[in-house]
Amino acid sequence: MARLEKLFSHLENIKEQYFLKNRIAEENRQRENEAAVKIQRRFRGCQVRAYLRHLHKNATLIQKIWRGFTARELFRQRVNTAYFIMKMNFYNKMAVKIQQRWRGYYVRKYVHNYYARKRYLEGVAKKNDLIRRDLEEFAELQKRERERIALEKEEQEKNIQAQRLHFLLSTKQCPGVFNSPFRAEPDEMELRLRRVKPRSAPKERKTPKMTPDLSNLMPNRERLPPIHKKPQGPFRPALEVQQQRLRPLEPSLRVATSITALEEAREELKRQEWRTRVIDQTFLPFSNASQNKRYESLIHTITPFEQVAYGTKHFREEPKECCQGKKPFKTVFTTCHVFDKFGRLYSNAGNIV
Amino acid sequence: MSQRQVLQVFETYQKARTQFVQTVAELATRPQNIETLQNAGVMSLLRPLLLDAVPTIQQTAALALGRLANYNDDLAEAVVKGDILPQLVYSLAEQNRFYKKAAAFVLRAVAKHSPELAQAVVDCGALDALVISLEEFDPGVKEAAAWALGNIARHNGQLSQAVVDAGVVPLLVLCIQEPEIALKRVAASTLSDIAKHSPELAQTVVDTGAIAHLAQMILNPDAKLKRQVFSALSQIAKHSVDVAEMVVEAEIFPAALACLKDPDEYVRKNVTTLIREITKHTPELSQIIVNVGGVAAVVDYLGDSKGNARLPGIMMLGYVAAHSENLAMAVIVSKGVPQLAICLEEEQEDHIKAATAWAFGQIGRHTPEHARAVAVANVLPKLLNIYLDSESLEDLQVKAKKALKSILQKCTYLPALEPLLYEAPSNIVKHVVCQFSKVLPHDSKARRLFVTSGGLKKVQEIKAEPGSAIQEYINAINSCYPEEIVRYYSPGYSDALLERIENYQPV
Repeated sequence: MARLEKLFSHLENIKEQYFLKNRIAEENRQRENEAAVKIQRRFRGCQVRAYLRHLHKNATLIQKIWRGFTARELFRQRVNTAYFIMKMNFYNKMAVKIQQRWRGYYVRKYVHNYYARKRYLEGVAKKNDLIRRDLEEFAELQKRERERIALEKEEQEKNIQAQRLHFLLSTKQCPGVFNSPFRAEPDEMELRLRRVKPRSAPKERKTPKMTPDLSNLMPNRERLPPIHKKPQGPFRPALEVQQQRLRPLEPSLRVATSITALEEAREELKRQEWRTRVIDQTFLPFSNASQNKRYESLIHTITPFEQVAYGTKHFREEPKECCQGKKPFKTVFTTCHVFDKFGRLYSNAGNIV
Repeated sequence: MSQRQVLQVFETYQKARTQFVQTVAELATRPQNIETLQNAGVMSLLRPLLLDAVPTIQQTAALALGRLANYNDDLAEAVVKGDILPQLVYSLAEQNRFYKKAAAFVLRAVAKHSPELAQAVVDCGALDALVISLEEFDPGVKEAAAWALGNIARHNGQLSQAVVDAGVVPLLVLCIQEPEIALKRVAASTLSDIAKHSPELAQTVVDTGAIAHLAQMILNPDAKLKRQVFSALSQIAKHSVDVAEMVVEAEIFPAALACLKDPDEYVRKNVTTLIREITKHTPELSQIIVNVGGVAAVVDYLGDSKGNARLPGIMMLGYVAAHSENLAMAVIVSKGVPQLAICLEEEQEDHIKAATAWAFGQIGRHTPEHARAVAVANVLPKLLNIYLDSESLEDLQVKAKKALKSILQKCTYLPALEPLLYEAPSNIVKHVVCQFSKVLPHDSKARRLFVTSGGLKKVQEIKAEPGSAIQEYINAINSCYPEEIVRYYSPGYSDALLERIENYQPV
């Protein structure tokens, strides 16, 4: 109970204290609130920052690893490409070297072959020389030919001249113009005169026989002399008479053929046959071609190698030597009178109805 | 009057007519009589005699008319105007062979003078009648008809086309195969006249197989026939590559080369023309000709001939050399250059000189070897003289200049270039200096020669604008020599030295 008394004494104090403390607390509320907020603020900030730091660290780690990975890949790719390019460059250079050598070789051998060109030009020069020589020879030949022809013509003309002047030939008694006695030897013309035959007198040219031209009004051909001096009576027109007199021979066919015409024709046929017939085999018709062909045996063998006729064409035996002289087998017999009375007997016993 | 006396009158008249016509025909052979005959009015008198009853008078009248028309074109026009041609054409179909020959002679004489007269002949239907006469048996008639057709076709392409349309060419090819030489000659000449105008006509002639027959006649001994054959072949070959190839395939070489030694100069000229027309088209054809030795034969031909006959040979060498440098070298190897140099010197005609200059240009323009071959023959000074000669034709000067330029651009043969330095005008000197500038840096002996012969001095005297090409060449040449020498040879050096002496103060 003492304690209760003490407590009741303190009651006022407590109430006062209570209101005092409330008042102090009320006064400090704002400040403490603010302080608490501050502290919370700071703490939350730290917390969040720590969290963010953590996140950042992780993200960085991931990104670091990832970037390293990708970069290494890229690097590998770049290394591959660089290697590839180096290889290709090398190959290209080598290919260029090969192509260089090949093109040089090819062009020197086929396109601009120096030695081939040289040989060609030498060939051209040789051919030119050949052609020049041939042409010169040809020209020479032609010239000689022409000169020869000219000479021959001259000879010919001189001979004709000599023929015409043949009367100037010298005789024993009287030397001719070209054979003067004061010359050492006779002139060339004289020798020619001696060589050449004299020209005969120009022959009468035969007038070509002309058929009587009726279109011309005047008949001016040579007339035969009239048969009677005095005119005798009514005459046929002179033209007709002329035609009749000068009518050519018109022989009939029988008269015109010669007597031996038949023999001559035969001879002619024989000669033609002798001339034209080349093949001695007769021409056999096609319808029996296989039967008509004969097998021609070899020259070098003795055996005929023919198809044996016995067995294919006929089956009878050939006549052997033993039956040579004998008469052939008779195939006709004397008749036997068995059937003479067949159908003619007096009884109808055996007749078939 | 008795019958005989009446007939006597007619006989006298006939004799008189015959004598008149024969005398006129004989007089017409001499040119001096023709004027008199024309003034006496012979045309109007001869015309009715063409319709005379007696065949010999008709023929002789036609012959006289033909001779008159042959002489000059006034008379030929008078024949046309006098309406004689239709009568002749009509009787060409009807009468006997002597008359046909005489009528064809008149047609030929009229058609030969001018295209209008030939057209007049064609207009009166002469072509069909002439074609019918070409089918006759008598070779004289065929010859006269073929000659008339040739004279018609000669003038221009239209008339040739009209002749071809009448179906003449196969008949002419048949005529060529006949044995008579005169007929062959005339048929070949007609084919040549037809084919010369255009490629289509040449193709028509080729399609009838004319080439083979013409080729067979190459070695015929008759000179006039050969002239016509070669002329025909060259007129055919000139139009296109295909026909030229067909002509070559007919194997005329090397037989045609033998005809280059023929005594007749027109045969030789026509052979060379044929070769020229063939080589003109492609390098392959030129190659064929070179391989068969044609170049040497033509070079020899140039040596044998004179004047205008040389022209086809020169052009042939030019065409061959123009195609490729192999062929140009072949021309050089066949000794073409000395022969062409002789031609350039001997010939006086401008067109021949122009052709020779052109040929040199074609030979020398390929490589330094070729240019050297041309320069060694001492041709460049002659070309320069031709170029500088103001009297020659413009065409000749232009060709000489072009040839000179193209040779100089490849020439490295210095002894030939040096004389040109002194005489040439500036546009030529430019090329010469260019060549020197190419050669001198590499050849010490040449440099020495250049100085001692005075070339360096001349080069210094050339005035050139700075920056122009020639200045660059001069600089290139100057840079081959030490500076003192260049200064020594520069113009005005002695004056500069003297001035220095004057200004020098002795110590």
